[in-house]
Amino acid sequence: MSHRVGALLGRYPALRLGLLIAAPLTWLVAVYVVALAALLVTALWQVDSFTGDLERTVSLENLKTVLTGELYRTVTLRTVGVAALVTVIDVLIALPIAFYMAKVATPRRRRILLIAVLTPLWASYLVKAFAWRATLSDGGLLEWLGTPIGLQSPGYGLSAVVMTQAYIWLPYVILPIFAGLERVPDSLLEASGDLGGGPVHTLRWVVLPLLVPAVIAGSIFSFSLTLGDYITVNIVGGTSQMLGNLVFVNAGAANNLPLAATIALIPIVVMLGYLAAVRRTGALDNL
Amino acid sequence: MQPTPPVLLRALTKRFGEVVAVDGLDLTVHDGEFFSMLGPSGSGKTTVLRLIAGFERATSGTIELDGQDVTATAAHQRDVSTVFQDYALFPHLSVLDNVAYGLRVRRVPKRSRHEKAREALALMRLEQVAERRPHQLSGGQRQRVALARAIVVQPKVLLLDEPLGALDLKLREQMQVELKQLQRRLGTTFVFVTHDQEEALSLSDRVAVFDQGRIVQIGTPAEIYERPASPYVAQFVGTSNLFDSATSQRLFGIARRHGLRPEKIQLHHERVPDAEIVVEGVIAESIYLGSEIRVHLQLDDGTQLIVLERAGEHTEHRGEKVVASWSRRDLVPLTDEKAS
Repeated sequence: MSHRVGALLGRYPALRLGLLIAAPLTWLVAVYVVALAALLVTALWQVDSFTGDLERTVSLENLKTVLTGELYRTVTLRTVGVAALVTVIDVLIALPIAFYMAKVATPRRRRILLIAVLTPLWASYLVKAFAWRATLSDGGLLEWLGTPIGLQSPGYGLSAVVMTQAYIWLPYVILPIFAGLERVPDSLLEASGDLGGGPVHTLRWVVLPLLVPAVIAGSIFSFSLTLGDYITVNIVGGTSQMLGNLVFVNAGAANNLPLAATIALIPIVVMLGYLAAVRRTGALDNL
Repeated sequence: MQPTPPVLLRALTKRFGEVVAVDGLDLTVHDGEFFSMLGPSGSGKTTVLRLIAGFERATSGTIELDGQDVTATAAHQRDVSTVFQDYALFPHLSVLDNVAYGLRVRRVPKRSRHEKAREALALMRLEQVAERRPHQLSGGQRQRVALARAIVVQPKVLLLDEPLGALDLKLREQMQVELKQLQRRLGTTFVFVTHDQEEALSLSDRVAVFDQGRIVQIGTPAEIYERPASPYVAQFVGTSNLFDSATSQRLFGIARRHGLRPEKIQLHHERVPDAEIVVEGVIAESIYLGSEIRVHLQLDDGTQLIVLERAGEHTEHRGEKVVASWSRRDLVPLTDEKAS
């Protein structure tokens, strides 16, 4: 019997492949595609403003609201701006750290740094966000450190959100850049120096071009994770709102699930746009 | 007055932790010569090259390039170019941009640096692949791109780190000829690192034989081969029959270590009256190598002798009794390992 099954599988490679990926594929379809489809469908429904009941009729009313509403445009721009700023800050911090880890540090120091980068990932997101809340508060650590040199804590608000998010997502940016740098052979850096290229030239013409895929991989993490965040904004954002807050409020307090679903489509569209733009540069070919 | 040497090393030492890779090296490379550093892996030859290029910092001692002390100078400020063992071509740049890289960092305008890069590629007969990426090239082509990239900046000295090691035999022999011709045409000083003694002998004007971070002998290929200074050199460069002083005393009456090249020995079926040194033995093994036959001879006193004969001259068989002869001038007196 088992012999015959083996022969059958050997004869039909498609059957073999099908059996192999059936389980993960089912999971992927059920959890990912169906959930996304449900989101899309929900976005087309309405809520009866009088009774608060869900009306399962298709209409583009929500879409129109979101596309034309001043509030949504402002919040979208703010959210994308914050995500972009967080990404730029993270990449700027991650590059030198990753370079030191991959190319300069002794193996022992590299291990220590790697652990230092990874450890915060084990701590709860909430703990980290509240730690920043304490740091940024009146009489908090930042004020205590900043006052003697004439600096003030930014307090709660958008800049606090940027700082906190940049901190929380930093490991996700360091790790791919570190991995990308490790793949760059030392001899390439030596060759650049050998041909007369100083450190700046080598960085500009050899290291950075080779790192583009890794930087983009890291930026996808920090950008998309910031785009969907609402907890940090609630904790250190003061009165400012991001897209996540609008979703949260509409799905909860405002009892308007369809509108929440429509708003949730915005970061998805933005992310798809970002990926398409990245794809055009050819950077994803090397992932 | 002596002309300024392009490379002058004085008491150069490099330690990696406890390991002494280069041990108080003194070396002068003459202008325009093809100089080889020959030795087994771990003998320090590559470290010396990397010290000259500036990829490693000397622990002590000095490096002078063209009369200037560059011991503390960064690699990008030294007037030398390196051809790397793995070629180290930039994967994100076209062949043309790879070759033009050294000119770009020197701020040569685009048009003239591309022109010069094309000339260098033409010299290596690579014009047709100028627009390709390195990964689209064969091993031999990559090798020549690496050479073109290194010579386009017209360095005072070209450093080559086992550049032919990754090529197969046929290609390697062809590249050896090209390297030699290139060096003659450019007149640039070449410092060539290899563990292949044949390569070192056939290409070089002078060879330095390395052992444990020191140069044990330096000289022309003929000097190294014909007059090896120590048993180590005699065995590392080509094959040698080594006689300790007792055996030397017994065979030809001089109490000293000697070396003897296998091709200097003649085999005969009967006693020859006019030969200077004559010994008798039995053929233990006879191995056909195409152009030559390698004969392992067991002498009556137990000494093993390796003899190389041109194929077709003789037909000796295993177990046959033969007479071996050589002349006194082919014997190479060797100093003891410690004394060298």
